[in-house]
Amino acid sequence: MNWRRFLPLNAQSTALLLVLWLIGQASSQASDYETEVKPLFKTHCYRCHAGEQPKSGFRLDTAAAAIAGGDRGSLITPGDSSQSPLIQILQGKHASIDQMPYRDSPLSSEQIQIIADWIDAGAQHPIDEQADLHIHWAFVPPTRPVPPEIEPRFRANNPIDHFVIQRLSDAKLIPSPKAKPEVLLRRLYLDIIGIPPTPSEIDAYLADYSINATEEVIDRLLNSPQFGERWGRHWLDIARYADSNGYSIDSPRSIWRYRDYVINSINGNLPFDQFVTDQLAGDLIPNHTQDQLIATGFHRNTQINQEGGIDKEQFRIESVVDRVATTGTAFLGLTIACAQCHDHKFDPLKQSEYYKFFAFFNNQDEPNLETPRPTELSAREKHRVALKNLELAIKESESNIQQRIFDWEKYLTETDLQELPVSYRSILTKPRELRSDQESQELLKHFKEENERHQALKKQQRDLARKRPRVTTTMILRERAKKRPTHIHIKGDFTRKGDEVSAGTPSVLNRFEGDANANRLDLAKWLVSPENPLLARVTVNRIWQQYFGRGIVETENDFGTQGIPPSHPELLDWLATEFIDTDWNVKAIHKKILMSATYQQSSRIGTREAKIDPANQYFGRQSRIRLESEIVRDVALSNAGILTTRIGGPSAHPPQPSGVMKLGQVQRSWKPDTGENRYRRGIYTFFWRATPHPALTVFDSPDAFSTCSRRIRSNTPLQALTLLNDPAYFEIAQLLTDRIAQLEASGDRDRVRQAFRICLGRFPSRFETRQILSALEQAAPAQDGEATLDRKWLFLARLLLNLDETITRE
Amino acid sequence: MQIEQTSPLARSTRRHFFSQCGLGLGSLALGSLLKQDGQADQETSLPPHYPAKAKNVIYMFMAGGPSQLELFDYKPELVRLNGQAIPDSYLEGRRFAFMDSSFKERSKLLGTRREFKQYGQSGMWISELLPHTAKIVDEITMVKSCATNLFNHAPAKLFMNTGSGQFGRPSIGSWVTYGIGSECDNLPGFVVLQSGPRGPRGGAVNWGSGFLPTTFQGVPLRGQGEPILNLTNPETISNQAQRDLIDTVNQLNLNRLVETNDPEISTRIAAYEMAYRMQSSAPELIDLKGESDATLNLYGVEKDKPSYARNCLLARRLVERGVRFVQLYHTSWDSHGGPGETLQGDFEKVCHQVDQASAALIIDLKERGLLDDTLVVWGGEFGRTPMGENRKTTGRNHHIDAFSMWFAGGGTKKGYQLGDTDELGFSPTHHRAHVHDIHATMLHQLGLDHEALTFRFQGRDFRLTDVHGNVLHDMLI
Repeated sequence: MNWRRFLPLNAQSTALLLVLWLIGQASSQASDYETEVKPLFKTHCYRCHAGEQPKSGFRLDTAAAAIAGGDRGSLITPGDSSQSPLIQILQGKHASIDQMPYRDSPLSSEQIQIIADWIDAGAQHPIDEQADLHIHWAFVPPTRPVPPEIEPRFRANNPIDHFVIQRLSDAKLIPSPKAKPEVLLRRLYLDIIGIPPTPSEIDAYLADYSINATEEVIDRLLNSPQFGERWGRHWLDIARYADSNGYSIDSPRSIWRYRDYVINSINGNLPFDQFVTDQLAGDLIPNHTQDQLIATGFHRNTQINQEGGIDKEQFRIESVVDRVATTGTAFLGLTIACAQCHDHKFDPLKQSEYYKFFAFFNNQDEPNLETPRPTELSAREKHRVALKNLELAIKESESNIQQRIFDWEKYLTETDLQELPVSYRSILTKPRELRSDQESQELLKHFKEENERHQALKKQQRDLARKRPRVTTTMILRERAKKRPTHIHIKGDFTRKGDEVSAGTPSVLNRFEGDANANRLDLAKWLVSPENPLLARVTVNRIWQQYFGRGIVETENDFGTQGIPPSHPELLDWLATEFIDTDWNVKAIHKKILMSATYQQSSRIGTREAKIDPANQYFGRQSRIRLESEIVRDVALSNAGILTTRIGGPSAHPPQPSGVMKLGQVQRSWKPDTGENRYRRGIYTFFWRATPHPALTVFDSPDAFSTCSRRIRSNTPLQALTLLNDPAYFEIAQLLTDRIAQLEASGDRDRVRQAFRICLGRFPSRFETRQILSALEQAAPAQDGEATLDRKWLFLARLLLNLDETITRE
Repeated sequence: MQIEQTSPLARSTRRHFFSQCGLGLGSLALGSLLKQDGQADQETSLPPHYPAKAKNVIYMFMAGGPSQLELFDYKPELVRLNGQAIPDSYLEGRRFAFMDSSFKERSKLLGTRREFKQYGQSGMWISELLPHTAKIVDEITMVKSCATNLFNHAPAKLFMNTGSGQFGRPSIGSWVTYGIGSECDNLPGFVVLQSGPRGPRGGAVNWGSGFLPTTFQGVPLRGQGEPILNLTNPETISNQAQRDLIDTVNQLNLNRLVETNDPEISTRIAAYEMAYRMQSSAPELIDLKGESDATLNLYGVEKDKPSYARNCLLARRLVERGVRFVQLYHTSWDSHGGPGETLQGDFEKVCHQVDQASAALIIDLKERGLLDDTLVVWGGEFGRTPMGENRKTTGRNHHIDAFSMWFAGGGTKKGYQLGDTDELGFSPTHHRAHVHDIHATMLHQLGLDHEALTFRFQGRDFRLTDVHGNVLHDMLI
């Protein structure tokens, strides 16, 4: 290379550097617009002074607009900050305009100086500056995108695939092939109902060559009552459902009716907007049903502190705070809670707006609703009749005694009177109508026998009245007739009241139609309005997250400006609009996703994919997902053939290791159920907040202290210890052993293959069969004879229950 | 020691089988195995970046943000100005938690009501609330100039643990076990112990492994009842049967790993192996029968009763057995002044719960010759403001610009103070020790260069310290 060729170039760049340096020198006092001034405007002014309809017609979202001024004329004189009213306004020194930012913390003197320096240096700015599109994507209602065209060589079942394949193609990736039929079938079963397919269900699917085979399975599963249990559990995570009050006392509570409401609503395919409205405001719906009252239990799933000497108001406020946070996460995917003590640092939520939201939840009583079961009703009736009969008997005995006294008095001579104790005499000499009750009672004592009988009857009545049979209750919300005023809590401290506020919603979202008396029903209407930009997106994103292991918006609980933007924004909006357009048909949106080729892909990770897309952001494959704690249990119970399929009812107590309940602050007992209650699905396991069942916790059940929209999936030795040694799991292994031993099989090989298929939904490969058979031989050598059969099949049962594949949906 | 992410299969089989999860192979054997498949380069066979000063870490995480002004950072000037407004010069350009427009008018300076004295040869100031800590001042480095970025509990905890306020980054314990593995083949390399009324906000993400393989996540022992459950085989199952079973489970899982390439399966395999080993190691670990009364009294352990004290003793037993990273969480230090959060009785209670055992741990480690190899860290996710909160009872708000943490052992100076704060305790005057600097220093003591310990994820090399961090050499021997 000839070095001379570079000389002119070098000279040029030296000159350029010199010029740049000179510019730098000349403006050394000035502030940089892009990096110093604009961020200040953005943080402190844009809220009111940007966009198409700025306050006072003055916008600052481009420098040119700022210099041009607004209704109050020009506020910036380039080159002279002392002649620029903006500076005086910021300093609070302007004669007629209030200090800005309006009713907010003023800028510091350094910050104002930065702006002044910029003006003094001529208010330099890029000529082609465009106003930021400062409205965050998630705050604009979704519009329906048109699915993109894709190359015909790719398999696409519905528009979902078009969006996904387009992004894959952009990243030079291709979708994975369809999962093997057995894998797909097991995936569908585990995802939709949380129970694996039986061998005969597998046979039927494999034998069905019709084009609709998969769709039929999907339809059948979506209509199975187990669908509500499987997907109800996801909702219960959000609702922070538990069976005890939490805090240190952690008494048990009765709110399983709410759990059953969730399961039944999902099974009945209650439109999602109704589901939301019932839970937020069922009690305010005109002519509400009992179910709609039960639904308000959603916000009763807060903890209750029963320690002595606490400030009740403090903990009432705590639960309101929790209700606001939960509402924000569950329906809006926003961290509203961050504005409790100050304006939200990142999202356009003012502290006053937080308390407007708070006001919706500040006006309720928290009663229990009696919801008797039929047997409880008849017990009550029996009790009522018995009490009534006693009452009659008492009345009768009373009148009998009165008659006796009457008769006695009538024939009482003066001599008789003299013989009686003084106390009697003074009473008897009084006219009847002047005697006090006590005095009349006193007379009764004279008739000892009758009186004793009478008193016994009365005691019986008292005792029976106390023994009124209890009926099932459930915790609900009820609006108070007399409103509690809501104030801003200064710095989030409820003892320091600021301005009073009325109920309302964040102004950055859709318009709120309610007036000053707005209540939870107005809030619910606002949430389910098609104009609401978040509810549909947040909901479909969570459904997607369950089916793929991560959401289209990975930060499923933060759709705000600090969240991670959607990997497939158009897909998200397509699903959201689809959801709204089908009148919030939940099963329909599930079916759309389940029918997509994207969902039905293999979860195998190719080497190239592992490198380019380790986190599967492009959804170019399915993900292997370890099952949730409850489903780990359900699968084991199904494999053993002992799962109780009854839906709903009071929570159950499966066995757990001793040493779990030990040393909660208040000792609680755990008496394992017997009979079919012992083998109920994991969703029904009684959940003590302070001492939850360890097999749930170890597989990452949420703690139910606050709302949970995504479970983490850990993978620890403690999980292995649970599946290997936990008494409940060992019991299940023994029951599976019996099932294996009873299989009709032509030999060990056949028995192994059948048992394997029961647990994993597929036959083992030859290699796997060989491995298992030789392990069995070692575990229970043939020469040990028949006595070792148990040992052999127990080994096989434990093996099958401990495999990674058993507790994973692939 | 840049670690390329190779194919999940290759990475997982090598890493999970042979190194971190303790199949009991020494590093020499490991090195040769790795060389066989031509991948010996980075993972564990290379020497550390520097000669390590510390082998283990015990991190006592004081969840909720303890008030440095009631414990370590003695400010007579603040006491003098008690009840007065904050001088303007302290406020400008600063953000505080819970700041609102009424901030200036309402918040008054709050001088501590606690007695402070100087202790030891070093003359370190310690308050009356920590009489036991006062006795170990000549063993510790007190850093008064700590600073962080985030002032809400959950994100701040995450930041203190992962160097980021967002979910998805590995915790420091995961980075360390990823970087240098564990010397213990029968207990997890990273163990978490919890005490106090509730777990730390954010829970498991605080010890999560983020994008690192899940083998490196912290394993939490139970804070209630028995620390580890299900350690014994079911009745009728012999040890040999259990061993055979786990071998077969792992064989079949390995088939599936080859089939699917899912690295979670290798973690599962390692977990079963570890579970087996824990069955023999953990009962002995959690059984405190062998501890003398003197030791139990030193810590203040009541046998079989879960407590911070028991966890401190367990922490010593864990590092004794070669566990690399032990983290203890104790709740709650959140002292806003409301009921249950006062700087009076409630604060005294939590001080009392941790003081004796924290100090005992240092004394005990030293007596057993473990302190030199063990870096002990004591601190929360942030500190408290020099202003009081105007409630019925006294409290302070979250403060991120200056707070105190202390360190001991593992090559840190003894009886030394790093950094200081201005006379009201608002800001560091020198040697500001940001979270990233603290992380860099901790890694450095373990022989890891925080700029070189990286993991490639989605096309980017990630570090615990992001693009920040300077080793705080002044506090090191």
